[in-house]
Amino acid sequence: MTETPVESARMDDARSTPIRVLIAKPGLDGHDRGAKVLARGLRDEGFEVIYTGLRQTPEMIVDAAEQEDVDVIGMSILSGAHMALLPRVVELSRERGMDDVLIVAGGIIPDADVAKLKAAGIGEVFGPGTSIGQIAGYFREHARRRT
Amino acid sequence: MADLPGLLRGAVAGERLALARLLTAVENDAPGLRDMLPALFAAGRGGHLVGITGPPGSGKSTLVNALTEEWRRRGRRVGVLAVDPSSPYTGGAIMGDRIRMMDHAADRDVFMRSMASRGELGGIAAATWVAAAALDAAGYDPILIETVGAGQSEVEIARLAETTVVVEVPEMGDEVQAIKAGLLEVADLLVVNKGDRPGADRAARNLRAMLSTAGGRVGRKPPPILLTTATSAEGVVALADAIEAHRSTASSPEQAIGRARNQVRRALADLAMSRGAHHADWEAILRSVAERELDAVTAAERLLDEDGES
Repeated sequence: MTETPVESARMDDARSTPIRVLIAKPGLDGHDRGAKVLARGLRDEGFEVIYTGLRQTPEMIVDAAEQEDVDVIGMSILSGAHMALLPRVVELSRERGMDDVLIVAGGIIPDADVAKLKAAGIGEVFGPGTSIGQIAGYFREHARRRT
Repeated sequence: MADLPGLLRGAVAGERLALARLLTAVENDAPGLRDMLPALFAAGRGGHLVGITGPPGSGKSTLVNALTEEWRRRGRRVGVLAVDPSSPYTGGAIMGDRIRMMDHAADRDVFMRSMASRGELGGIAAATWVAAAALDAAGYDPILIETVGAGQSEVEIARLAETTVVVEVPEMGDEVQAIKAGLLEVADLLVVNKGDRPGADRAARNLRAMLSTAGGRVGRKPPPILLTTATSAEGVVALADAIEAHRSTASSPEQAIGRARNQVRRALADLAMSRGAHHADWEAILRSVAERELDAVTAAERLLDEDGES
C-alpha cells in the first residue's frame, strides 16, 4: 500500500466537510468496548468522532452535543435503562433548538422497545451484529447537510 | 447558508448553540465567513489566549481540566479548544478530550470545543486562530488551546497564543533533550507534570539547569519551570498564577507586533493556498509537476497568476 496522505483537507474543495458524531455512554453501565470500536470504525470511515466517556446523564450528553455542534448523537447502552434515558436526550435536544440533529442508539435493546424509541424520536436502533459500514451508511444518508 | 452575522450576534449575547454553530462555520470555512471576519475580530474582548502543548499522554487534557477548575474558582468564564489529529488517510478523527473535562460538563460558564487538525501539521488546525477569536467575542477569558500531542517541532501554537505552556513528563529523557531546538524553546512556562512519579524533581532540576545555560528564545530569560500533578491538582494554583503573571510581561508593543507578524504571515499563506487551489489550471499544473515537466516553485508562481482565476 502506498497511499499518499492527504496533505490538507482545505486544498481539496471537492471533499465535503466531515460529519461530526458524538458517541456517548448514557447511564451507569461501564462497558464501553463497543462504543470505542464504533468510534474507531467511524474514524476510519472519515467521520470526526467525539467520544465523551462513561456514565453520562442526558444533560451532559446534550450539553456536549450543543458545544460540539455535532450532526449525530450516537448512544451505546447495555444497562436496560434506555427507556428512561434516551427519550430524555431527544427532548432536551429539541428544547435547545437542536431539531436537526440525528439521534441514534445501539446496544442491547429489546425489539418491543425499539418501536417506542423510534416514536420518541430516536432515528434508528442498531443491535448486535450491525456492521460499522451499515452505521456509517445510515449516518451519511440521514445526517443533516451543511452548506 | 448559515446566517453568520446572526450567529455572531447570538454568540456575543451568550447563546451557546449560536457560538457552536459559528465555530462550525469557522471550521468549514463556510461561504460568507471571510466577509464576516472584520466584525468577528472587532467583537473581540481581549481574552487571554493560552496554549497548552506537549507530548501525547503528558497530561495536557487533565491539566486543562484542573486549570479550568481553578479559573472557575476565580470567577472566570473559561473557553477551551482541544485539537486532536485527523487521519491523513480518511480525514476522520477521534477526539477524546471531553473525557477528562467531565467535571465541567454541567457548567454553563465553561465552553469546550473539540477540533480535528484537518491536515495541518503544526499541532493546531488552520481554523484554530479564528475559532479562538470567536470564543473571545463570546466573552471567554482565558481561552485555553490544547494542541494535538506534540513531539519536538509542532510550534505553531506559540505563534497564536500569548502564553505557551509546554507540558513534559518526568520520563522526557536526558539533558540533551532539554537543549534541542523546537518545542521546549517556545515555552513561556514549562511544566513537569505527573510530579508524583519518581524522578519528577530530578527532571525539573535537569531542565532548569540546562535551560538556564541555553537561554531559550534569543534575548529571553529561561522559562519558569513548574511541577504539577494534574490528577490531584497539585501545583495548579501556582501554574494559573504563573500564566496570569506571564501575560503582563507578554503585552509589550514589540510582542504584539511579533504576534501580528505571525498572524498575517499565516493568513497570507492560507490566502495564497486557497487562491492557488481555485486556479483553473490546478489539475494540469499538478500533472506537470508529477511528470517532472515543471518544478514546484514555478508551479506555485503560475497558480498565483491572476489570469488563471476561475
